[in-house]
This record gives sequence, C-alpha cells and structure tokens, in this order.
Amino acid sequence: MSLPEILIIWPGSPELSLIMDIVIVILLLYLARGPAHKAIYSITMVIHNGLRLMSRSVTLAEKKLAERNKDVLLTAGAKAAERLIEREFYRVDAVVKRDMGGYPSLQRKLSEQITRIDEDYRESTEMPLPPPDWVRAVDTLAKLPSKGDSWVANILGEIHKTAVVQYKNAMEEYRKAVSVRHSLLEKMMPYWRRLAQTLEQVDKTIIGLHERSKVIDGRMNEYEEIRKKTEKAARMLTSSAMTQFSISALVLLIAIGGAVINFNLIALPMSEMVGGGSYIGNFKTSNIAALVIILVEVAMGLYLMEALRITHLFPIIGHMDDKMRHRMILVTFTILLILACVESALAFMRDRIAADMQALRQALAAAEAAQPVNSWIPTVGQMVMGFVLPFALTFVAIPLESFVHSSRTVLGVAVAAVLRLIAFALRLVGNVIRYAGVFLVNLYDLLIFPPLWLENLVRNREHQHTDIADVIVKEEVP
Amino acid sequence: MKKLLALGLLAVSLLVSGCPDTTSHSQGVYMLLDSSGTYKHEIRRAQAIINYLLGTLQPGDSLAVARIDSGSFSEKDIIAKMTFDKRPSVSNQQKRLFKKKVDDFVSTVKGSAYTDITGGVLQAVEYLDETGAGRKYILIFSDLKEELVKGHVRDIPMQLAGFEVVALNVTKLRSDNVDPREYFKRVEKWRARVEEGRGHWRIVNDLERLESILAD
Repeated sequence: MSLPEILIIWPGSPELSLIMDIVIVILLLYLARGPAHKAIYSITMVIHNGLRLMSRSVTLAEKKLAERNKDVLLTAGAKAAERLIEREFYRVDAVVKRDMGGYPSLQRKLSEQITRIDEDYRESTEMPLPPPDWVRAVDTLAKLPSKGDSWVANILGEIHKTAVVQYKNAMEEYRKAVSVRHSLLEKMMPYWRRLAQTLEQVDKTIIGLHERSKVIDGRMNEYEEIRKKTEKAARMLTSSAMTQFSISALVLLIAIGGAVINFNLIALPMSEMVGGGSYIGNFKTSNIAALVIILVEVAMGLYLMEALRITHLFPIIGHMDDKMRHRMILVTFTILLILACVESALAFMRDRIAADMQALRQALAAAEAAQPVNSWIPTVGQMVMGFVLPFALTFVAIPLESFVHSSRTVLGVAVAAVLRLIAFALRLVGNVIRYAGVFLVNLYDLLIFPPLWLENLVRNREHQHTDIADVIVKEEVP
Repeated sequence: MKKLLALGLLAVSLLVSGCPDTTSHSQGVYMLLDSSGTYKHEIRRAQAIINYLLGTLQPGDSLAVARIDSGSFSEKDIIAKMTFDKRPSVSNQQKRLFKKKVDDFVSTVKGSAYTDITGGVLQAVEYLDETGAGRKYILIFSDLKEELVKGHVRDIPMQLAGFEVVALNVTKLRSDNVDPREYFKRVEKWRARVEEGRGHWRIVNDLERLESILAD
C-alpha cells in the first residue's frame, strides 16, 4: 500500500506523511465543521421536505381519488338501488293488476255469494206452524169415557179419528218443512266453501303484497343510506363490487375458454376459404378471420342483450323506441343465426379436412388407414358445438357489463391503495434521509473528535474561570 | 355507432383484399439426393425424410427433390417440385402426387458415376430464390464426397445469404475409418464454403430426430 505522491509530505517516511495527512484533514474538517454541518443539514432537510411535500401531494391525490371512487360507487349504487326498487314496484303493480285488478268482480262475486247464503239462511229459518191448540182440546174430549152411551161413544170416536188424522197431517207437513230446511242448509255448503276459497285467495295476495312491501322497505332503507352517502353504504357497495368483479372475471375466463374452443373449431376450415399461407402481419389470415367471426358473434350478442334491455352498456340502444328495438333484436338474432349456421358448416368442413390430413399422414408413414368407429359422432358433435357456441357467447354480455362496472370501483380502490403506499414510502424515505443527516453530522464529529475534545476542555476551563470570577465579584460586592 | 361501422368495414375490406404482407412466411425446401454408386443404397432413408417433409410443410410452402449426378446444375435432375396450394385440401392432393413421383424415382434409381454437389446447390439456390420463400433450406443427403467430371468448373463462390444448408446422413466412408481426418476435412470444407457464401451450416446425422431438420 503506497500513498499518492501529492500526499507524501516527508519523502522517505510514508507513515509520518500519513499521520500528518490525517492531522491536516482532521484540522481542516474541524475548521469547516460549522459550514459542513449546515451543508449536511440543509441538503438532508431539502430532500426530506421535498419528499414530504411529494408525500402530501400524493396523499391529497389519493384522497381525491377515494372521494371520486366513493362518488362513482354511490352513484352506481343509487342507480342500481333505483332499478331494484323500480323492479319491485313493477312486481307489485303486476300483482295488483293480476289479483286486485279483478277486485270489483271479486267483490261482486262475494256479495252475490253472501246474498245467496243470506237468502238461503232466511228460508231455512221459516218454521212450519205447530198443530193448532184446539186439536189438543178435541183430543182431550175424544179421550173422555163414554160411560156405556153408544151415541156419545160414537161421537167421541169420530172426534178422536178426526184429531188423529189432523195430527198426522200436521206432523207430515212439519217433517216436509224440516227436510226443505235441511236441503237449503245443504245447498249453502258450496257457497260457504267458495266464499272461504275466495277469501283465502285474497288473503294470499295481501300477504304477498305485504312481503313485497317489506322488500321495498329494505331497498328504500339502502337507497336512503346511499343518498346520505354514509360510510356503511360505501363499504357495502365496495364489498359488493369486489364480489361482482371476482365472479364476473371468473365467468369471463370461462367464456374466453369457450371462445378459444370455438376458434380452434373454425380456424382450420377458414384456411380453406382465405388460404392457409397468407398472413396479416405475423398472423395467419385464416386465424384472424376466425377471430373476427368470433368477435362479430360476441358483438352481435352484446347488441342483442342491449336490445333486450338485459344489459345497459350502450344507452343509445336502450333508449331506442320499441319498434326500432324490436327490429334490432330481429336483425342481431338473424345475424347470429347465420353465423351459427356458418360455424356449423365450418365445423363439418374441419372434420373432413382433419380426416383427409390424417389419411395423408398415414399414407406418408406407410401405415394402413384405421377405420374410425362411429365417425359421425365427432362430426355431429362438432357441428352442434359450432352451432351452439355463438349463442352461448351471446351471454358474455352479462358478466362483461358487471366486469366493466365493478372494475371501475376495483381499479379505483387499487390505485388508491398504490397511492397510499407511495405516500407512505415517500414519507419513510424522507424521514430516513432526515435522520441520515443527523447521523452524518455525528459521524463528522466522530472523525474530528480530538480537536473537539480539546475545544470542550478549553471551554470547561473558561467556564470554571468565569464562575470563580463571578463568585469573587459577588463576594466583593456588599 | 358510426365508428364501429367504419371499423367493421375496415376489417371486412382487409379480409376481402387479403391485406398483402410484404414479408414472406412460407418455407422453401430443396433436397438433394446423392445417387452415386457408393450412396445409392441410402436412398430409402431419404424417402422417409421426404415423407416427413410432406407431412410437415404447410400450404403455400415449396418443396423440390433433385438428384445429384454427374452434372447436377440442371432442371433435368429435379425429380419433383411443387409449391403447395394455399387451400389445405388441394395441398393434400399435391402432396400425394409428389409422394408418388418420389416413390417412382426410388424404385427406378440408377447410380451415377460422379457426384456434382456444387452444381446441385447452385440449382437449389436458383429454384428457392424463384419461389420467394421467407425461409429457405437446402438439404444435402450425401456423404459430401464430391467427384466431378473432368472439365466441369465448380470452384465457384456460392451466394447463400438467407439459406440454411443442412447436411443429412453424412456417412463415413471406408477410407474415413482408416483416417477420420478425411471425414472431418470433408465436412469442414463444406462448412467453410457455405459460411463463405454467408449461409448457415448444420449437420443432422441422427435421422430419428427429423424435427431438427427444419428447426431454426
């Protein structure tokens, strides 16, 4: 180890030169102590303040973003709640129209049934007259003893006969009347049943409406929470958005899987139509054509769902008048049907080309062609898949809408989290730099500890002298 | 809506016009078969390679098979050549026809007295340049021992930029067994010639791994 020439003070004695160099450096550092401390403090404070400022501005941005996220979330939530409440009202309306719409006729029916029952009841209460009282008197007379007088006995016998006949007639009439009354009461039975059924039906409807009203109450409470922009509502909606995001992403992945299968089904036969050797950029034209067909199918599915008002991605379609919308449904469905038929035909063609290629490969490998068993099964299977998949892809619109809507919230939350993290990191680095400045100052002082020690020593002595002088002055002063 | 319509029309017009791509993605393969007396018996192996190539090449690719004889710089030595149609069904028919031509050649091949490999390579370069293939392969199925007719000039620098020259089944001759340096010298000479012509040189002797022939 040798010193550079510039540092050699005493030629021939590098150790002494090194000691002298160290002493000079320490001396210089001691002399520059004040400005050096200031420089270290100022540079670290500049960086610290800069980073703190940055952190504050990032925090502000995060807060603004969080507010914006909350606004977006609450607006979306309010819209969704409005839609749900509207739907509940539609249901109530349907129930009222269906069940209560026929209420006047129901009421008429009920009053008719009640009137009939009432009439029947009145009729049933009309009792036949009992045998007159004089019959009893005559009967008593007839039962008097004749006392051997045949004339009197004959008269009394006749009276008795007449009384018996009269009694029989009266009893017969009475029985008839009771039987009529019973039959009337029997007739009332179905009316009672019908009345009970009608009332039961009304009861069910009322209960259903009551339940609906409870649901509406719940929805209205949620809506009010959202309108009040409470934290509870925001948390609830965020959690709901996260769930929606995960589920829709999963369903979209499944749909992508379906699209990939669809793509493989039609890419090969497309090469028969557009040529297998032509390229657009680095991609085979046949592959791009197959992809375009699938994308067109997805687009048609989106329009169809929009026109059916199942999704609301394109408000312009939703706001069309019904006639136009029906036309759109017809057009998109027709295009989908045509594309499904085309895909089915392509799937058939694919099977033929694959079989031909297989035969060629077997010929090239000099192997005997194996006879496929039930070869129509894969053909039909592929054709059915080719026909069904375009319609299945139509339903991608539903998870896509959920994904788009929920991704706004999820992305917002994620970006806010990242900003929070950046703000924290900036603050942390700023503080680390600030304390690094303190550490550097201490390290600086550590390097020049000999002169500092001497300085402290001198200062202490000076203090002691000053203190003694103060004491003497105090003692001399009366 | 108008924008979507415009994009749709653009996509359709691109599809209809085929959007010509300036860079060629097709492959061109020219296979030279050594039919000299010492190597004639190996021709059955070459047949397997050709069958592999027929199974591997895609619609739009080109394939030519030519024999190496006393004077190979001639179209007469081409046994079969074809640029496969872009439609897979037609391409398959062409491959069947190609296979038949090669089979006929293999069954009737006669040994030649001399081996003009350079002439064959020059012919291959000419053919493959004409096909306009993006990737060009010259497969030399030979022991690489060149024997020229007296008076034939073959000491010509070859222009092989963009060509992949693959030597297949470079068998060791009886003399190579006596002095292996002869074999290495022969191979090295061809490697030097190809690389001087700015081509890429490879040797594939293991015919069990045919997929390595057209590997980049």
